[in-house]
Amino acid sequence: MRIREKIIEGLLFLCSAITVLTTFGILFVLLSESIKFFSEVSIIDFLTDKEWTPLFADKQFGIMSLVSGTLLTTFIAILVALPLGLTIAVYLNEYADRRFTEVVKPILEILASIPTVVYGFFALLFVTPMLQQAFPSMSGFNALSAGLVMGVMILPYVSSLSEDALRAVPKSLREAAYGMGSTKFQTAFRVMIPAASSGIIVSVILAISRAIGETMIVAIAAGQEPKLTLNPLESVETITTYIVQVSMGDVPRDSLEYRTIFAAGITLFVFTFALNNISVWVRKKYQQKYE
Amino acid sequence: MNSSQINRIKDQLFRIFAILCTAAGILVLGVLLYDVCSKGLDRLSWEFLANLPSRFPEKSGIYTALYGMVWLLVLTILISFPIGIGAGLYLEEYGKRNRMARFIEVNISNLAGVPSVIYGILGLQIFNRMLHLGNSLLTGALTLALLILPVIIVSTREAVKAVPKSLREASLALGATKWQTIRRVVLPSSFGGIITGLILSISRAVGETAPLIVIGALVYVPFVPRGPMDEFTVLPIQIFNWTTRPQQGFVINAAAAIIVLLIFTFFLNGIAVYLRNRWYRKLKG
Repeated sequence: MRIREKIIEGLLFLCSAITVLTTFGILFVLLSESIKFFSEVSIIDFLTDKEWTPLFADKQFGIMSLVSGTLLTTFIAILVALPLGLTIAVYLNEYADRRFTEVVKPILEILASIPTVVYGFFALLFVTPMLQQAFPSMSGFNALSAGLVMGVMILPYVSSLSEDALRAVPKSLREAAYGMGSTKFQTAFRVMIPAASSGIIVSVILAISRAIGETMIVAIAAGQEPKLTLNPLESVETITTYIVQVSMGDVPRDSLEYRTIFAAGITLFVFTFALNNISVWVRKKYQQKYE
Repeated sequence: MNSSQINRIKDQLFRIFAILCTAAGILVLGVLLYDVCSKGLDRLSWEFLANLPSRFPEKSGIYTALYGMVWLLVLTILISFPIGIGAGLYLEEYGKRNRMARFIEVNISNLAGVPSVIYGILGLQIFNRMLHLGNSLLTGALTLALLILPVIIVSTREAVKAVPKSLREASLALGATKWQTIRRVVLPSSFGGIITGLILSISRAVGETAPLIVIGALVYVPFVPRGPMDEFTVLPIQIFNWTTRPQQGFVINAAAAIIVLLIFTFFLNGIAVYLRNRWYRKLKG
């Protein structure tokens, strides 16, 4: 009997150990191929070159053109999701009655469950033609549509998680503010938001991390032209789009071109890994605050 | 106007602004659904579901993509469910206090934040190339299984955590071993919560596109897969391909395929929400 118990515990442990293997697998794959890549391309060129043209005859490996595309679309998305999401969170928490919140929150969360390829379709074939009427010079593939639609996609991350954070603030704080004669608006912005700030920051970091790693929306709607630009009407290429682009083409395996996706992948991984750890760190501080 | 009146006006203005913001979020969802339906609803037919892909948009269908998707989901479920539930049980019931378990926990929260396209790179290198599984269904299923494991583990843990301690203690007091307690007491009473998490994880797998493209899933598959080692395509990849074609006919096909994909996702999410509500009520009452 005791042996059986031990065997079962061992099996269950192995199940959870698979997640550690996954992490090691990701690190191993990204590092081993990137090391081969950086033995041929200098890391300084990688970080400082202004062009990314590994698939052309004149090869340049400046990752910054992909990073700038990624940051531009992410920035536009946050510009949509942060004010909208935070306002919705405050409204649901402070103004709306419970029944309204219980209906609206799940509806908004549907936005997060829609497959991203659907958003890509919407960005390319609905949002872009609509915006082109306002900006005739806008390219058919552009950072603006992709970023706006991505903002809608991450909206529920900000609104729902921020609402959770606001709800976790002790009732006594709000009642004290009301007792001093504050309006709901003052209570929300001078008491509740500062008190829930760490939870709200976590929600925004998670949303940024989602946007940076998002692939299909930008692969469909933002284009495949890596360039250093801040103009949202132009076509750009993100890190994720580049990985998809190379995967779909027929680049010979074990070539330098093939290894570029690992160098791009590790750049992406560094970004999201850093963001996730910042959010873990903020969350830990936040828990201490109320206990 | 005194300051308290100004404050009241600010309060009212914000209320209106906030209602507009909330309405905007819901409106976009409405516009998206309307846009897709207006473009694709007329194209939906039994032939569309049963036809093979073709160069001519009017003759194209999603038969192979649907078939590939069902194959892929069944394999992903077979691989990920036992491992995910097992890992969740271990972390919640056995390894709560040891250092290894805490390391695994941090690790899982990090994995949940890794972009799906990176899982694609992992699958491409490890399953496709090193294990020589090629761009087969099995490679796709293994990759997706790793991708949804964090979701399954986290929801299993939450469901198991919600089981009252008194139930466990009653079982142990009757002389049951730990595993007997887990199997006969903990699992049955956390079943609803675990199932909810499993369905949500599958709903996520249904919509994944990028990792499958990266592992080498094909865009054009004129045959249905017969076994786990066959090449395949899935609905989201088919949609991606049609969306990026210039001909209007393929855009209509993409919209129709999106309607099918959304029905799948909403159906799965609906079941999950329904089960979660029912399970919570049972747990409370």
